[in-house]
Amino acid sequence: MTTASKQLHELISRPYPHGFVSDIQEDRVPAGLDEDIIRTISARKNEPEFMLDWRLRAYRHWLTMKEPHWAHVHYPPIDYQSIIYYAAPKLKGDGPASLEEIDPELLRTYEKLGIPLHERAALAGVAVDAVFDSVSVATTFGAKLAEKGIVFCSFSEAVQKHPDLVRKYLGSVVPPGDNFYAALNAAVFTDGSFCYIPKGVRCPMELSTYFRINARNSGQFERTLIIADEGSYVSYLEGCTAPMRDENQLHAAVVELIALANAQIKYSTVQNWYPGDKDGKGGIYNFVTKRGMCRGANSHISWTQVETGSAITWKYPSVILRGDSSVGEFYSVALTNHRQQADTGTKMIHLGRNTSSTIVSKGISAGFGQNTYRGLVKVMPRAAGARNYTQCDSLLLGERCGAHTFPYIEVRNPSAQVEHEASTSRIGEDQLFYCMQRGISAEDAVSMIVNGFCREVFQELPMEFAVEAQKLLGISLEGSIG
Amino acid sequence: MISPLLSIRGLQVRVADKQILRGIDLDVGAGEVHAIMGPNGSGKSTLAQVLAGRESFEVTAGEVLYRGRNLLAMPAEERARAGIFLAFQYPVEIPGVSNVYLLKAAFNALRKHRGLPPLDAMDFLKLVREKGKLVEMGEELLYRAVNEGFSGGEKKRNEILQMVVLEPKLAILDETDSGLDIDALRVVANGVNAMRSPERTMILVTHYQRLLDYVVPDRVHVLLQGRIVRSAGQELALELEQRGYGWVESELAEQPRAT
Repeated sequence: MTTASKQLHELISRPYPHGFVSDIQEDRVPAGLDEDIIRTISARKNEPEFMLDWRLRAYRHWLTMKEPHWAHVHYPPIDYQSIIYYAAPKLKGDGPASLEEIDPELLRTYEKLGIPLHERAALAGVAVDAVFDSVSVATTFGAKLAEKGIVFCSFSEAVQKHPDLVRKYLGSVVPPGDNFYAALNAAVFTDGSFCYIPKGVRCPMELSTYFRINARNSGQFERTLIIADEGSYVSYLEGCTAPMRDENQLHAAVVELIALANAQIKYSTVQNWYPGDKDGKGGIYNFVTKRGMCRGANSHISWTQVETGSAITWKYPSVILRGDSSVGEFYSVALTNHRQQADTGTKMIHLGRNTSSTIVSKGISAGFGQNTYRGLVKVMPRAAGARNYTQCDSLLLGERCGAHTFPYIEVRNPSAQVEHEASTSRIGEDQLFYCMQRGISAEDAVSMIVNGFCREVFQELPMEFAVEAQKLLGISLEGSIG
Repeated sequence: MISPLLSIRGLQVRVADKQILRGIDLDVGAGEVHAIMGPNGSGKSTLAQVLAGRESFEVTAGEVLYRGRNLLAMPAEERARAGIFLAFQYPVEIPGVSNVYLLKAAFNALRKHRGLPPLDAMDFLKLVREKGKLVEMGEELLYRAVNEGFSGGEKKRNEILQMVVLEPKLAILDETDSGLDIDALRVVANGVNAMRSPERTMILVTHYQRLLDYVVPDRVHVLLQGRIVRSAGQELALELEQRGYGWVESELAEQPRAT
């Protein structure tokens, strides 16, 4: 092993920093799934009748479905009856919790993660909804946002206070029977974030949700719904971490975005779920359905994701371009290290005229990591003048990892223009030697080269998030240079 | 006698199971400029890269002292921090990393090594602009990704820019003159001449004599099949230019090798 690869090895063997467990009293339902469990969850959340019906329909449909196995990932069968579908920190009183009613241990957990929930201490310009296991524990700046008519709260609160909006949009982009995990989520989802930006309002701060899995043997099934009314704008950030545990935990979330005419939604994710140890023991199964609907003309949805965590990632944030001249974007960095597996990409469905989409995917594989880009660009007959540009780059560190690309293109309108570019490269000894010959250490050199590779994606992230993402890549990197 | 800045004894190097250097002996004094010439495949670039710390080249025998230290025991970045600079024959591209960012990282890594605080972006840019004039390099190249889409001449100028900014004690130029038109050659030569000082030692690895029209070396060595077979003053370069490497080869064949 060369000195460079030894130093790299040390760099990449740094432990996962968010792997601690919080000692918190939790209210949980027994493991397993049946209609009673779903009724219990719905009752705990004091849901109106329409929600329970919706869940039960989803559950009955889910029973008829089969777990998908087309992705380029491998894992032992999941026992859905051994999962706890609801685990929530116990509240001291009834009703909506104020920060004073929250277990101080919970506040400390978020402080430790760098997400203070007291507004005084909160990150400037970022409103946070904190989701802990199955429920939202706090939302900051809700009152301030309400002055502009913006609704930003937990999903549970939205069901109580804005049932009409929920009823109108829930499942309108990802129907309950969309796929196996989306159906499971629809049946059992316990919380998540809800956001509504009224007509013509530009949301004055970044909205964000921070997801934390804590309880053992529980799954996290949250649902996020964001509606940007005509001419509005919102930038939304999502972050996630989990304790280090030997067993795998399932995270099956659904995110639905709706952009009406001239509205814009920018959705950024930095996903850092526990990836498992270096031999592939433990870690989160991140099986997530994310989809946006550009409903109105000139609407615009962009997904930016930095995926560094999870044992397995299965996710394809997509955009349905229904409104004429609407725009969909997908910018992704996915890193797999050790035994991590990622099968991720996007779908851009062009329905409206002159719709355009851009896909930039950067896959980084190290160790024994397996990284797959899977994407679909579909241009329907009515979508005259549709355009797509796809760029798909893979970077390999070491000799034992893999990069795979599965681009699917379906064009049913002759005026469409679709471009696809792909590349695979290895961090070369040449590049490392060049940097080191200039006095730069091996670890700084690797970090510089990897960050350079991801630059086009990082440019799309809000500033603080971009800095966070760069640090995260540095921490998550593992695998040596041959 | 003062010990030389660089002292190479019996250096043998293997690259991918092939013996390339078969016992190099060379002393280079502080402030001197040496040219190492030789035909393709004689081992010139291997020597340059081994001195700079390329680890995939296997040293099978010999030792190298640099300012009294065992050079071969030092990793590449430590050699750089100790003042050794290699102008690469084929500088690599690093997509997405801006040229000026890399240079600043290198510059500040060297400052850190000397216990100096890093130079901030403004001051650094001022310095680079000043030095950039010397190599007549357009400022826009600073903001492009490292060597990406650079012409051959731009790559070589960029190497020289890095050299003048990093101010090494020992600069090794690996065929920096090859593939350059006459203007670029002049620019590179100006950079090299501007750097000449009693504190700076240079090794010019070159195939042709023409760089030596602009940069007059103190010593010229001919490398052939992994050995230095002849060393003399500047006049040796001219003789090689006129008579070709075949001349040295045939002369060597005639006389029995000294042991």
